[in-house]
Amino acid sequence: MNFFPVGQTHFLATSAFLFTLGVLTVVVRRNLIVILMGVELMLNAGNLAIVAFSRFSGHPAGHVYVLLIMTVAAAEVAVGLGILIALFRTRKTINADEATYLRW
Amino acid sequence: MFLLRYIVLPPLIALLANLLLGRWWGRKTTATLACGSVLLSFLVSLRDSYYLYMITLPETRVASDVMFTWLSIGRFEIPVEFVLDPLSGAMCLIITGVGFLIHLYSVGYMWHDPGFRRFFVYLNLFIVFMLLLVLADNLLLLFVGWEGVGLCSYLLIGFWHADMKNASAGKKAFVVNRIGDLGFLIGLLLVFAAFNTLSVSEMQEIISDAIARHLPLPLAPLAATVICLCLFVGACGKSAQIPLYVWLPDAMAGPTPVSALIHAATMVTAGVYMIARLHFLYAFSPFASGVVAVVGAATAIYAAIIGLAQNDIKKVLAYSTVSQLGYMFLAVGVGAYTFGIFHLATHAFFKALLFLGSGSVIHALSGEQDLRKMGGLCRRLPVTFWTFLAGTLAIAGVWPLAGFFSKDEILIAARLAETPLISGRALFAVGLSAAFLTAFYMGRLFVMAFLGPCRVEADKQHHIHESPWTMTVPLIVLALLSAVGGAAGVYHHSFARWLSPLYGAPDAAPPAVEHFVMAASLAVAFGGLALSFLFYLQAPTLPDRLARTAGWLYRWVAEKFYVDELYEWIVVRPVYYVGVAGQAFDKHVVDRAVNWTGGGLKGAGFLLSFFQSGNVGTYAIWFLIGVSILLHVMR
Repeated sequence: MNFFPVGQTHFLATSAFLFTLGVLTVVVRRNLIVILMGVELMLNAGNLAIVAFSRFSGHPAGHVYVLLIMTVAAAEVAVGLGILIALFRTRKTINADEATYLRW
Repeated sequence: MFLLRYIVLPPLIALLANLLLGRWWGRKTTATLACGSVLLSFLVSLRDSYYLYMITLPETRVASDVMFTWLSIGRFEIPVEFVLDPLSGAMCLIITGVGFLIHLYSVGYMWHDPGFRRFFVYLNLFIVFMLLLVLADNLLLLFVGWEGVGLCSYLLIGFWHADMKNASAGKKAFVVNRIGDLGFLIGLLLVFAAFNTLSVSEMQEIISDAIARHLPLPLAPLAATVICLCLFVGACGKSAQIPLYVWLPDAMAGPTPVSALIHAATMVTAGVYMIARLHFLYAFSPFASGVVAVVGAATAIYAAIIGLAQNDIKKVLAYSTVSQLGYMFLAVGVGAYTFGIFHLATHAFFKALLFLGSGSVIHALSGEQDLRKMGGLCRRLPVTFWTFLAGTLAIAGVWPLAGFFSKDEILIAARLAETPLISGRALFAVGLSAAFLTAFYMGRLFVMAFLGPCRVEADKQHHIHESPWTMTVPLIVLALLSAVGGAAGVYHHSFARWLSPLYGAPDAAPPAVEHFVMAASLAVAFGGLALSFLFYLQAPTLPDRLARTAGWLYRWVAEKFYVDELYEWIVVRPVYYVGVAGQAFDKHVVDRAVNWTGGGLKGAGFLLSFFQSGNVGTYAIWFLIGVSILLHVMR
């Protein structure tokens, strides 16, 4: 018997919660590594929502998209960490507030 | 089998060779290639014309050669098609024959010039374009040749472009020709609108078809008049008729062989050729033909009057050319196409001769062109003297030299003409007066240059020498042609019969008129020559006294009726001031608008740049806010 039926709403609520967590991480934290993690969190919240939609609508395209997004996210993390390492080597910091060189 | 493309190709190949490879070989090779290619063209033209003559039925004496399709837009096609008929055959022979002689002459004349190779490249290019012009069946292709010879004219007038005067003379020729060419282009578009084709042979077919089947003609009389007048504007520009003649006298800034080839023998006759080629159009518009005749007659006498008072040897010949071109237009205007082309041919002989002779004089006198500083050259330059004498007598119209026959035929045609604008008698009177003036100014030129006491400046005296053989041989050949060319043309009406497929057999004039005109033209020829000898040889003080008595009149003529000044005031200055105003507008209005736009954007960007902190976190917050708003709006 289904003591606690898990429906679409639960998945979406979890997804929204994770997404908000990610947004807050990106906005509030100063450490660039953590910010990157926040971005990843947002991405995966999105993934979760897509998979949920896919699962409950019975359409397989969502699964394919999620796999694609995970691949792209891996690449994105590689680029993001690369930028971070380059920043740390030249500026000896990974604090977002101190890395304000991309300015006029 | 006709070899039409091989008439055009040799000079083209020679010029490309000289242009691309010429730096690796000497002047001799350059000259041989340039002259030899034109000679080859002449021989091919001669052969093809002979083959044309061998066709028994005169009406079918047409040959064509399609090289390739130039333009193909839908069903509209412009093939590069050469057509040889008696008219273009005669023109080809003149262009390549006289052209070859002038090329040969230029070898001697330009030998010491640093631009030797460039000169021959231009000259060959000119021959190519001129042949394209006369051989083209399609009017657009003709227009290509038309513009091409204009370009060569410009390049060669300004050949010594280091001198500002020469460069601006070239520019003047170019600009004045543009005015005419615009008229020509409008004429072409109207032709296309009326006939839906630009091919001359197709136009002719359409018209003869309509006449044969009694259908309405493709163009109304008014349309024909407008087309003919537009085309005539083009002819006015190219052939230096009133009011667009002003460039030709200035064009004498170019080297003398150029004046002989382009500005006397060939290019300036392109307008006459064009009208003769499109005679079937002009046949529809007596009014337009009348305009052609009147403008021609007016130019003939007007330029002859100016020629009376010029002291530059080449300027006299230039105005003489304008005047003789007027005769040709008079002829084609009254429908005597055969004699217009006949005069074109004889004029090519004797005017090329006169220019080359004057070039020989200028060469001998180290560049002196002022008639008042010549005189007594007959013994020092015997070949030039005798050949120049032949040219002078030919242009003055002395029997039996070339000019007599062609001018005589034109005067007869004018006398018998019926135009809606003016009576034939008036045209005849004007033509006869111009003939008198021609004889007079040519006599004057001849006497001042070759007879009487020597007035050459002392430092140039010892340098006087007869020209090398490359210069004298063309003079002699042209002198022979000037002497017998006219008689050969009227012998059994050979020239008229040659052109009869196009213009039909000429009507025989009433003998009374013929004899009267002949006597009159001989009388004015001898009268003019005699008067000039009296004025400038027997009583050299008389002209000066006359000039003083009729002071303002003389000055008026000597200053060319102040036409250049008039054009300066009514055309050049207004255009200049429009240009100045345009420049001011551009500088103060357009430029400012551009600068203000740019400045405004720059300022706005500067203000907005304060929003850039460089802090990624801040950006993320703004991004979040922006996305939230967007989502809210798009909900």
